[in-house]
Amino acid sequence: MKQLYDTLLKIVGAGFVSDAREERYIYSMDPGTMPACEPDIVVLPGNTDEVQKIVQAANRYRVPLVPLGAGLVLSGLSRALKGGIVMDMKRMNRILEINEMSRYALVEAGTSQGMLQAHLRKHFPSLKHSAPDAPPAATVAGNICIHGSGHMSHAGGFHSDMLNGLEVVLPTGEIARLGSCATSPYWFARAPLPDLAGLFLGWAGTTGVVTKLSIKLYPNYPLNDVSVFVCENASMMPNILYQITGTQIAEDVTTWMTPKPDWAAGFFHCNVNYGAKTKQELIWKRNLIRSAVENYIDDKTGGFLPLPGMMKQRFLDVPARQLSLFADVRKGGGFEYVGAIMPVALFPQAYELGLDIADRRGVSYSMGCRVIGVNHSMMFFYAYAFNRADPADVKRAQDALEETNKKVLGLGGIPWKAEAPAQKEILRQMDPHMVDLMNRIRTMMDPQHIMNPGNWEDDR
Amino acid sequence: MKYAEILHRCFRCGYCKLPGNYVDFNCPAYAAFRFETYSPGGRMWLLRAWLDEKIEPTPRFQEILYSCTACGNCVEQCALTKIKDDLLRAFTAGKEALVVEGKVPPPVRDCLTKLQKYGNPYGLARKKRSAWAAGIGVETFSEQEFVFFPGDVGAFDSRGQEIARSVAALLGRMGVSFGIVGDGEVSDGNDVNAMGESDLFRLLAEENIQRFHELNVKKIITLSPHGFNALKNEYPALGGAYEVFHYTQVLAAHVNTLSFQDTLPELTVTYHDPCYLGRHNGEYGSARKVLAALPGVNLREMDRSLQNALCCGGGGGNLFTDILGNGPESTAQNRVMEALGTEAQVLAVSCPICAVMLEDAVTSSNLDERIHVQELSEIVIKRLK
Repeated sequence: MKQLYDTLLKIVGAGFVSDAREERYIYSMDPGTMPACEPDIVVLPGNTDEVQKIVQAANRYRVPLVPLGAGLVLSGLSRALKGGIVMDMKRMNRILEINEMSRYALVEAGTSQGMLQAHLRKHFPSLKHSAPDAPPAATVAGNICIHGSGHMSHAGGFHSDMLNGLEVVLPTGEIARLGSCATSPYWFARAPLPDLAGLFLGWAGTTGVVTKLSIKLYPNYPLNDVSVFVCENASMMPNILYQITGTQIAEDVTTWMTPKPDWAAGFFHCNVNYGAKTKQELIWKRNLIRSAVENYIDDKTGGFLPLPGMMKQRFLDVPARQLSLFADVRKGGGFEYVGAIMPVALFPQAYELGLDIADRRGVSYSMGCRVIGVNHSMMFFYAYAFNRADPADVKRAQDALEETNKKVLGLGGIPWKAEAPAQKEILRQMDPHMVDLMNRIRTMMDPQHIMNPGNWEDDR
Repeated sequence: MKYAEILHRCFRCGYCKLPGNYVDFNCPAYAAFRFETYSPGGRMWLLRAWLDEKIEPTPRFQEILYSCTACGNCVEQCALTKIKDDLLRAFTAGKEALVVEGKVPPPVRDCLTKLQKYGNPYGLARKKRSAWAAGIGVETFSEQEFVFFPGDVGAFDSRGQEIARSVAALLGRMGVSFGIVGDGEVSDGNDVNAMGESDLFRLLAEENIQRFHELNVKKIITLSPHGFNALKNEYPALGGAYEVFHYTQVLAAHVNTLSFQDTLPELTVTYHDPCYLGRHNGEYGSARKVLAALPGVNLREMDRSLQNALCCGGGGGNLFTDILGNGPESTAQNRVMEALGTEAQVLAVSCPICAVMLEDAVTSSNLDERIHVQELSEIVIKRLK
């Protein structure tokens, strides 16, 4: 390790590499429930050239290499499960290009959601990107690579669907460009070329290191509003979501169910966010959304929630700062969630499943979903709070998450950004030919098996 | 350790690293070092790990804690409303625990030793404290309305002395009745407190309070926002309750009594909010009111201003300990580059520590031709009739 450390020191310079106990400790875990796994070295590259040299060094010394964004995935995907190097990408945070006419942004992989948002607000106020519900420190690249979703996901699908192209350092050290940027100076689309970007999406950093990426931008309307539809029956929710998304008016459609505060308990809330250029257009959109669920209003099984100004603003805030408060529910600085990607039709069963687990295991919970596309799927989340100072409470949340992962799979859903143990559950249920293909691809791309080992690992 | 019960409640969501508008990193230590360990969340978890005996108080650990400039951005931005107010107090408590164990970085140790021996961080003789005022006609305090308190930087640093003289001259021009305590004064102790030496802070504060008591002081104007903070917020608990003003507040109250030249060329100014005026004490308006009163001066705000201001990097004792360092990613250089981005000719400051830090950054970046750091009273005086 001493030789490797010295090599890394030469690559990034003094001050940006550490094998000190303090860094090894902090980089051994994320805010979720997964146990700590210490890296041997933490390194902070400043450009693609340095990333390439670090990958080459990891190969030379046959040492695991784990790329890290903001470390906010909560499911421990960037822990060094087998030791080695954690490569924190956040020094690479330059915004390289905003193409206004083609509505895309080209950024380095360490660029945070907040910085991109701020840059657009100042220099291109008519544009926005789809920000996730993660805090603004989360990186754009990290969220794309895990198939995240966000505030434009009804209109644009998963964030990985909004990806136009990538620059990656392959596990063997070559730098490759994928998408239109492979053959053109413009980063406007992945079509019409063979789509290799998928080799880096959902793979938990096991296939290489993303260093630059281009993402789609969307119109940023001057007027924005949210309507919150409420009902008391989970079985109605799939059709309510179907009707609302069928209007194709909204940018984001989410639901939330929580036992606290008391007034919210037992209700299913559906937030419909939309924007417009004029007040007239905004009213027209509001009315159209209303008409989509009018029959529920007429038969008094549902209705729109009158929103006080402060509450409305909280629902319009991107990112939603108050979500972090859930970590303090048990005065313990922790929560983690299972985000299950599944058909919207499974909403009632998904909800019952979460309620049962939370009741039985005595965990503090919050549930909800984000609709992806025009009801094409949803990310149904089960968030469990825990007190990280109380090992028994952490274990309780961990067990609830594990059970939720298994039950979700049984239901026909798939845990998103699954923890390493949940990845194994998914692999067990996966078509064996897909598993074989994944293994063959990884062996071909990463012959020394250095990239984030321990993830998507087939035990057979 | 005090506040130990909140350390584990940090979720490490990272709001603390950013300003409220997210334009860039805004925690000086994190922005300079870029390891998560140097972020407020990293510090919270490391302190917990230390108390749990998972890590030792190594020199690295000490450096991480003392790289905090106590700027208060983390308190301003933290999403966890029930613990946010205590974040800085927890970091100070951590430093206090290191002081008790005798495990502080050598520059911190040396700085505290000088403060203990000489009553100032420069290690200069106490009798030189009033040297800044020699020959400018400033009176010793007897029955004037205010004491003018220059603080350590105003009394001993050559640039700080210029600023102290400038402010004193302007106060005089405005007809403010004031005098100075002079050699009987010691450090206000604000940064001693931030460095976790609470006992030494108390000694210094009590010495000042005793002197103020002997002189029957009722009202104090401070040069430094750091002194303003200590005298206003910490001294009352030690028996020293006064009406405390930062000089910008007095300037703002009297600026309309001044006459200005109206033939000077236009001047574009950007203003750097000092942490101990802004985030710590909610004072954002006075300096801006003064600038607005100057004919031909146009204020152009930086992206990180008011509650979102980036610290100059000199707080928490860092002006004297230099633990944050001066590299291209240092917070002072970062701030100067942001000021340059506004195309202002002048980066206005109202704190002698900020003046020293930012002027050093301008010089070391070879930007002297492009932007000038000027203290507020200096800007005002140049435009007087």
